[in-house]
Amino acid sequence: MSIVHEIELEAQSAVAPVQGRSQWQLTWRRLRGDRVSMVALVVIVIMVVLAIAAPVFAALTGHPPNVAYPVTGENAAGNPVGPFTNGFILGTDSTGRDLLVRILYGARVSLFVGVVTTFIATALGVAIGLMAGYFGGIADTVLARFTDAVLAFAYVVLAIALAVVYGPSLTIIMLVITFFSWAGIARIVRGQTLSIKEKEYIEAARSLGAGPFRIMFFDILPNLLAPVLVVGTLYIPQAVVFEATLSFLGLGVQPPTASWGNMLADASNFYQVAWWYVVFPAAALLITTLAFNLLGDGIRDAMDPRTERLLAARRLRRKNRKKRKTGVAGTGPNPDFPDPVHVGQIP
Amino acid sequence: MAIVGYLVRRILTGIVVVWLVATAAFFLFFARPVETVARLLAGHAATPQVITEVITNLGLNQPILTQYWRFVDGLLHGNLGYSYYSQESVNTILKQDLPPTVSLVIGGTILWLIAGLSVGIISATRARSLFDRASNVAVLIGLSMPVFVIGELLILVVFLPLNEHGITWIDTGYSGPTSGLGSFFGHMVLPWITLASVQAAVYTRLSRGQLLDTLGEDYIRTARAKGLSERRVIFRHAVRAALTPVVSQLGVDVGQLLGGVFVVEIVFGLGGIGQATVQAVDQDNLPVIIGFVIIAAVFVVVANIIVDLLYAALDPRVRIT
Repeated sequence: MSIVHEIELEAQSAVAPVQGRSQWQLTWRRLRGDRVSMVALVVIVIMVVLAIAAPVFAALTGHPPNVAYPVTGENAAGNPVGPFTNGFILGTDSTGRDLLVRILYGARVSLFVGVVTTFIATALGVAIGLMAGYFGGIADTVLARFTDAVLAFAYVVLAIALAVVYGPSLTIIMLVITFFSWAGIARIVRGQTLSIKEKEYIEAARSLGAGPFRIMFFDILPNLLAPVLVVGTLYIPQAVVFEATLSFLGLGVQPPTASWGNMLADASNFYQVAWWYVVFPAAALLITTLAFNLLGDGIRDAMDPRTERLLAARRLRRKNRKKRKTGVAGTGPNPDFPDPVHVGQIP
Repeated sequence: MAIVGYLVRRILTGIVVVWLVATAAFFLFFARPVETVARLLAGHAATPQVITEVITNLGLNQPILTQYWRFVDGLLHGNLGYSYYSQESVNTILKQDLPPTVSLVIGGTILWLIAGLSVGIISATRARSLFDRASNVAVLIGLSMPVFVIGELLILVVFLPLNEHGITWIDTGYSGPTSGLGSFFGHMVLPWITLASVQAAVYTRLSRGQLLDTLGEDYIRTARAKGLSERRVIFRHAVRAALTPVVSQLGVDVGQLLGGVFVVEIVFGLGGIGQATVQAVDQDNLPVIIGFVIIAAVFVVVANIIVDLLYAALDPRVRIT
């Protein structure tokens, strides 16, 4: 390579100025490159659209979610009819209601509970974790003990207690889910706050006269958003599973309102005669939670600066594969991006 | 000797915790009007006289502190009260329902730890191999599936087809070990797998990550440089250090395990404590529910003591004091 050529190259790069990219732009670029995450994102979008469009499907098929069709929707023995029978695309349930329409209405409940509880739990966890980490002292000790207690508490017990006293309802299960979700987030936020508050720029903010709340929410919080976003994405599927489980136990969404959990509970009486009654709601549930989990993992990888190196290593390995097989030592979890599973796992 | 003092102290605090839980449960449940309960028991057509009679019979008309005292007195004598419905003692009900629950918890936990840890260790030592990739996919599916879905699918694709072809060894329901070990295992194998699968997914992921981190430590390189066999390096040096966070996670998961147990009992019709409790919730059968809450608290406390002892056994830096 001649010197002239090198100078030319330099000149070219000078013509095209280096573009600064924010962390979010970099993350999005990395995420775009991850095929699995993109598929997961598309699946989630489709699910959301289907859930929103549930009434449209009800109108198209002419089967409202809570209307039973004892004549067309049940066979001679009074059992559910299978998929593509009498205009029921996915068959019917135990009382001859349209399974497809009910699954779509169930998606509304699941996604609503998943997103809303995660949002509330995240906001709570962030606020509490920030304060505990920033102020330390007694506030911190109390929080630590309390989060320990919450994490070790059997969620079923609380769900049962509330269901007994107030009667089972959607509000109660959302309360229960939120109650068992914020502690894990608070723990992560607290840990991050502890390390961030020692940084020089916090000292600079304080020397400029910023008060504790300004420092917490304007200086520390933006630097916490990345791990919180990752954990939040991974909490959504857990909340969906949680809702389904509580509804399955009869402690959550009550029939005739459709929820994947109570549909599967009812389906367990019809294993022998109606496989579709078990398989389709289960598949809807699994596809949704799997998509959120895959997307969450993808976002975590995309936000982890080490991923760039990993991807580069993978490209290099692919190149070298023809020459010889090489083992690349794996990297463990990054402490900055804790696996939420370790923090507060919901069944 | 230190361990005896430690155990005594832990058990005493445990008793206090159980008492607090029992008290909270008692006052929470009795916050509802007594007429509701009485009307439920006496039926819709009951006259006011009948309802008053039911209330008197159950002792619900006495001041709440008197009732509480009777409750605590019963607790101290190991008596959890009587079912509103069958008039059976709650002790008897719990005693009947305990064996399936205990079998489920013990077998499921053993299976879950063995599966989770061994898959995690193999994945970590062969990072990015085919096995590792396959286990990662399995873990993700396990994390995404609620316990009851796994159970229902197992019934649909394993139990029903086998039964149709005349293989009746695998069965639902419960059959105690006293009536033949073969049939006991046949009844429990699917529930165990169901309970273990979800938890195993969490532990595979956790132990894999921890072990990968540990294998990058300097002392592992030192151990290898000393010429130790790879097996010794992994099991003596790496796994032991990697397991401590896994064990501390165990303490957190005990509460969740209970939820899983509930669901599995219902899916497979094992008729354990979980099934009894859900039925009691349906019937507003308060004494049975309170009995369950107390048993659950005892379970969590005992399990946490065991986990802490394990922790001390694994990590030489942790001293029991």
